[in-house]
Amino acid sequence: MNERPPALEMRGITKRFPGVLANDDITFDVRAGEIHALLGENGAGKTTLMNILYGLVSPDTGEVLVDGTPVTIRDPSNAIAQGIGMVHQHFMLVPVLTVAENVILGQELLRGPFLDLPQAARRIRELATQLGFDVDPDVRIEQLPVGQQQRVEILKAIYRGARILVLDEPTAVLTPQETVEVFTVLRRLQADGAAIVFISHKLEEVLAIADRITVIRRGKVVGTRRPSETSDVDLAVMMVGREVLLRVDRGKSHPGDVVLKTEGLRVKDDRGHEAVRGVDLEVRAGEILGIAGVAGNGQDELVDALVGLRRPAGGKVLLGGAEITGAPTRRIRDLGVAHVPGDRQRFGLVLPYPVEDNLVLTSFDEPPFATGPLNLLRNDAAIDEWSERLIKEFDIRTPSRDVRAATLSGGNQQKIIVAREFRGANRLVILDQPTRGLDVGSIEFIHRRAIEKRDAGTAILLTSADLDEVLELSDRIAVMFRGHIVAIFDAAVAERDRIGLLMAKGGAAAA
Amino acid sequence: MRQRIARRLSAAWRTASIPVLSTALALVVAGVVVIASSAFTGNGFQPLLPVGAYLQLFVGAFGSTTAIGNTLVAAAPLMLGGLAVGLGFKAGLFNIGVAGQFLAGAFAAAVVGASLATSTGIVAVPTAFVAGALAGAALGFIPGFLKARTGAHEVVTTIMLNNAIGFLLTWGVTDLVRAPGFSFPRTGDLGNSALPILLGRNLHIGVPIAFLAIFVIRWLLERTTVGFQIRTVGANPNAARYAGMSPLLVITFTMALSGLLAGMAGAVQMLGVIGFYASGISANVGFDSIAVALLGRSNPIGILFAALLFGAFRAGAPLMQITTSVPVEVIDIIEALVILFLAAELIVRRVFRIRAARAVPEEIATVTRTWGEQVAR
Ligand SMILES: Nc1ncnc2c1ncn2[C@@H]1O[C@H](COP(=O)(O)OP(=O)(O)OP(=O)(O)O)[C@@H](O)[C@H]1O
Ligand SMILES: [Mg+2]
Repeated sequence: MNERPPALEMRGITKRFPGVLANDDITFDVRAGEIHALLGENGAGKTTLMNILYGLVSPDTGEVLVDGTPVTIRDPSNAIAQGIGMVHQHFMLVPVLTVAENVILGQELLRGPFLDLPQAARRIRELATQLGFDVDPDVRIEQLPVGQQQRVEILKAIYRGARILVLDEPTAVLTPQETVEVFTVLRRLQADGAAIVFISHKLEEVLAIADRITVIRRGKVVGTRRPSETSDVDLAVMMVGREVLLRVDRGKSHPGDVVLKTEGLRVKDDRGHEAVRGVDLEVRAGEILGIAGVAGNGQDELVDALVGLRRPAGGKVLLGGAEITGAPTRRIRDLGVAHVPGDRQRFGLVLPYPVEDNLVLTSFDEPPFATGPLNLLRNDAAIDEWSERLIKEFDIRTPSRDVRAATLSGGNQQKIIVAREFRGANRLVILDQPTRGLDVGSIEFIHRRAIEKRDAGTAILLTSADLDEVLELSDRIAVMFRGHIVAIFDAAVAERDRIGLLMAKGGAAAA
Repeated sequence: MRQRIARRLSAAWRTASIPVLSTALALVVAGVVVIASSAFTGNGFQPLLPVGAYLQLFVGAFGSTTAIGNTLVAAAPLMLGGLAVGLGFKAGLFNIGVAGQFLAGAFAAAVVGASLATSTGIVAVPTAFVAGALAGAALGFIPGFLKARTGAHEVVTTIMLNNAIGFLLTWGVTDLVRAPGFSFPRTGDLGNSALPILLGRNLHIGVPIAFLAIFVIRWLLERTTVGFQIRTVGANPNAARYAGMSPLLVITFTMALSGLLAGMAGAVQMLGVIGFYASGISANVGFDSIAVALLGRSNPIGILFAALLFGAFRAGAPLMQITTSVPVEVIDIIEALVILFLAAELIVRRVFRIRAARAVPEEIATVTRTWGEQVAR
């Protein structure tokens, strides 16, 4: 019936890295006009498979066919020539260049020996209108919210003539609204006959957008389903190989003394605008306070100020009653504050370092990891033992503790940070997007650990772009809008719709 | 066991392959230059000239115990200077000021050494040496402090300081510490402050000191928490800040320590080879050190080998010039080509068909970083 060969077919792909079989005889295809989702645990091999397709990694065995013809893809330029486009898990845009410059990078449009940027900008504007989103080609990438950056990535691929589009966790950093907008773009591309590979850990998204879903576990294809014949619980079992609680029971909290308190806190962003405009918050021992809000409403600046990465412009921060306003990060950490940062590759990790060094990044100069006078000497034995323990306890998928963190899958990189920051007894843990890019099994695990921490008397401040995560985990929920806390709810009486409305419209909606 | 060794070797080759092949390629290309230029000499076109010249170069560097001694003596300041630059690279800093710090070290060692010329060596030598090291450290501290305090880029400040210190020292030796009885401004004789000779004609104690420094810096970087901070600030200053380190403090400290090593290089060269400070003494070591650090991939062991190589070039070149009349300046050509190939790694990869590395080496990244990028403050 369907005579045409699939737009893309990968046959018998196998790839071994030192110590890991990342892809084990994977066969996979996408048809024109189809969205095919790839699902799998952190480290299952999804990104590796797509990197092979894009010529970034060479497979040990296996072949790639485009429109039924075998092709050899040695580097990304071969892939682009075959009409393959890729939106990477971690953004590949140059922050100081404009949208137009980023889009044409490597495909420069010339007039004589000169760049023809106005012409390029015109083409980009046309293309954007066709795809149904507006983006100004002349603004610099660093000035755009992540949601828009994501669309620039898609635009870049389409501009280069991609008919086969790979999106590696495009929605991990997006708010629900932004996700909806990206989906609209994808559906439009699908209608135009593009073949789309979509990778995500969010089961409901996958069920909503995909025509087919293929699940990979430890490098092997477990099975392919249509959304109509499966469910989130089903898929989770296929991925993880066991029953997963998609919602962790958070139990009752027993709040104690106030641990963190801010009074009229005001913080400026990088451009000098006030991003946090007088925030009063209290987090008690043994409770989780969640901050819900659309990204860019001052949450990042708030967290930065709390951990000493940004000096407040006004107001006070109190930890256990003692003022720490503007204190250096070091002192705040020494007072028992742990922090899982929102941007894991920029702040949370030193990618060229081995896993073990990243596991002691924030405690490298404390015993037992340091010994001798002034804790000057590194104690390898203690670091080794500690790393082995955390790797096992947090199920960090890595061939060993001394491979570079850069080689781990995105989700496993995140687990390094969580493992490190959840160590020992803390007074306050600040979780900024703690489960971004994690698979359902790992999310369940981390949520459990967060609740255990809470029950052990730690105060937890959670910010997340994922409203469901905030609702699920928090004992109290604060809604942040344009630098203000516009409402605080007890989780027991919080309504999803009302919070969503407050996030989008602020206090005006509450009236 | 055997597998472990094999893994070690393959890892070593992965870091060393480009430097080694760059050097080989530089020798070949410099050979072509020698052949081409031979056509314009009295002896006419000599296609085999480079073979003879390199042979003599080798004999001059390793052909006798004296030759080996010369090589080691020439390598010692390069090891210290290379460490100075390499240490900076580890913290993401490009210390071009090694030349100035070298001069400051040489000057201080010469002045203090001359004033202690008649004391016993056991006091005079260490005091003069330490004076040189500290002078270098002081000069390294300034750009570090300026960068930490005001964000002034160290490349700019160290280049300016190189000039400033050169003139300042000329004034110093002309008007302040000029020794009487000489026809030109210079410091006095070193007497007992000169570095003791351990072997042969000129193998002084600075050579083992330089070797020691290699291993001390390696230990500092790999085994101590201070080294961990230096490397973290270099690899990801944001993560360093997040982890509670103080990049500003680390930068200041690293620049001072880098200056200290450069000052030691100056002291070793002054007390072991030159003997007195006069305006216009060569600060070439300062610039060769950058090449050494790049070739050594800012790794102490790599720097050791790179310094030995460049030391051998410098020590062997005179014999090459005398016997084959290929001028010593060929060494400068080779050195320039090595750096060119290291920076344009792609050429080397094409020639030798090696697959691309996963990441740009940190020292190349530091050198080529745009000036707009600053450490987050
Ligand atoms: N360059 C590399 N060198 C060594 N190992 C690697 C490399 N790239 C990936 N791996 C390993 O291959 C495995 C698969 O990684 P991959 O990034 O494909 O996972 P993933 O399915 O995309 O996971 P995630 O959902 O966390 O992004 C992991 O165990 C990872 O450690
Ligand atoms: Mg991935």
